[in-house]
Amino acid sequence: MHPSDLQDVEITLFREALRMRHGYDFSGYAPASFKRRVLALQAAVGAGSLTQLIERLLHEEGFVREVIARLSVPVSEMFRDPRVFGLLRSEVMPVLATWPVINVWQAGCAHGEEVYSLAIVLRECGLYDRAHIFATDFSDEALTRAEEGIYPLHDARTYSDNYLKAGGTGSLSDWFIARYQRIKLDESLRRRVTFANHNLVSDGVFGEMQLIVCRNVLIYFGDELQDRALRLFRDSLVHGGFLCLGSKESLAYTAVDQDFERLAPGSPIYRRVIRAP
Amino acid sequence: MRRRRYEAVVIAASTGGIEALRAVLRAVDPRIAAPVVIVQHTASENAQALCDVLAAGSAIPVVEAESRQPLVNGCAYLAPPGYHLLVEPGPRAALSMDEKVCHVRPSADVLFTSAADVWRGGLIGIVLTGANEDGAAGMAAIRSRRGLAVVQKPEEAEMREMPEATLRRAGADHVLSLQEIGPLLNRLLCR
Repeated sequence: MHPSDLQDVEITLFREALRMRHGYDFSGYAPASFKRRVLALQAAVGAGSLTQLIERLLHEEGFVREVIARLSVPVSEMFRDPRVFGLLRSEVMPVLATWPVINVWQAGCAHGEEVYSLAIVLRECGLYDRAHIFATDFSDEALTRAEEGIYPLHDARTYSDNYLKAGGTGSLSDWFIARYQRIKLDESLRRRVTFANHNLVSDGVFGEMQLIVCRNVLIYFGDELQDRALRLFRDSLVHGGFLCLGSKESLAYTAVDQDFERLAPGSPIYRRVIRAP
Repeated sequence: MRRRRYEAVVIAASTGGIEALRAVLRAVDPRIAAPVVIVQHTASENAQALCDVLAAGSAIPVVEAESRQPLVNGCAYLAPPGYHLLVEPGPRAALSMDEKVCHVRPSADVLFTSAADVWRGGLIGIVLTGANEDGAAGMAAIRSRRGLAVVQKPEEAEMREMPEATLRRAGADHVLSLQEIGPLLNRLLCR
């Protein structure tokens, strides 16, 4: 058997071990990128084989937390895809301003880079005090990191460039302090943020949202799981609410295509519409 | 009729790659019975412009690969800037924003390795000009599946590092000049 085919066998067993021992179901994930992540996990924890990884997963107390952290959404950047954050600022915020409360759900928040980006946009648009941001991830490790809001200093320059390209009205450095090769985001940005564990694979609808941001998560899902997540988003949004996806994600050919319209051609921002029967 | 052995092509190109890709695509027969999946390293974020440049003079269409898109014969797919492009059973395209591999994203190693899992011995891998080592490990994966390895002659490549790294790591079945690559594909892949 080719070594790579043998790895596929081991990955099937690993997935079953995760499900049966710890209750996490990865069967709906896109297979090729999931395989890469499991192999990266194996390398990162120094397991000699995927079978050793399964052994540790079954018997080593607490190991699952690290496994889930490494299998969850990858790290992002602040204001990644400035064009999209620019559209959120110029097109979406003025509409959000017309609602008395503004509930924002970021699904798959990873280490929180985009949570703080959203908080800054809301602050600079004068909407923050009316807003509540729910930042969710299925990795507790990621949620802890997100809550800290600490990032490497060498990324700050990229973040600042992105912020300005996205129409930032001040300077990003107004929002963090730099110390010991790290930046820490202003704690006041967290005042209206709730970090919570939520798994798009197994958990349900999340309140009455005006804006849902879920970027570069769906690309890792197979068709069925993608449709499940999108139905969840649809059913969590108020009429006229917004859904912001990753730049290379679209609703074309999905189960909810008819329930949304695109904000602008080519943009990954959609608006929930109720169509007449 | 003899069963056709090869069914897909993957290409890696970096510095100097746009001209090299144009030379290859110009010579490809539009009846080619394989999808052609390409990683070109670029700092630009404008994939459409890159597709247009490559499509000009190419006999087959060149499109930016989209998530979950079926990969069909006679069409070239380009990895979107900033995303890894993988192949899944189907065959379909899949995207990933996971960490860079060989300091690059998209990485040819990621594309080649996943494509070798799907097409196995039916895959033709091509490494063109470039100034890094991306594609070498991926080509080794292709050869381990008995796929066909084609490398641009290092001495005629604008940057020779990438072809040389591939030859060191994986070896090749053919070391060719750019003008010879298109005709080879046509011989192997046109009915």
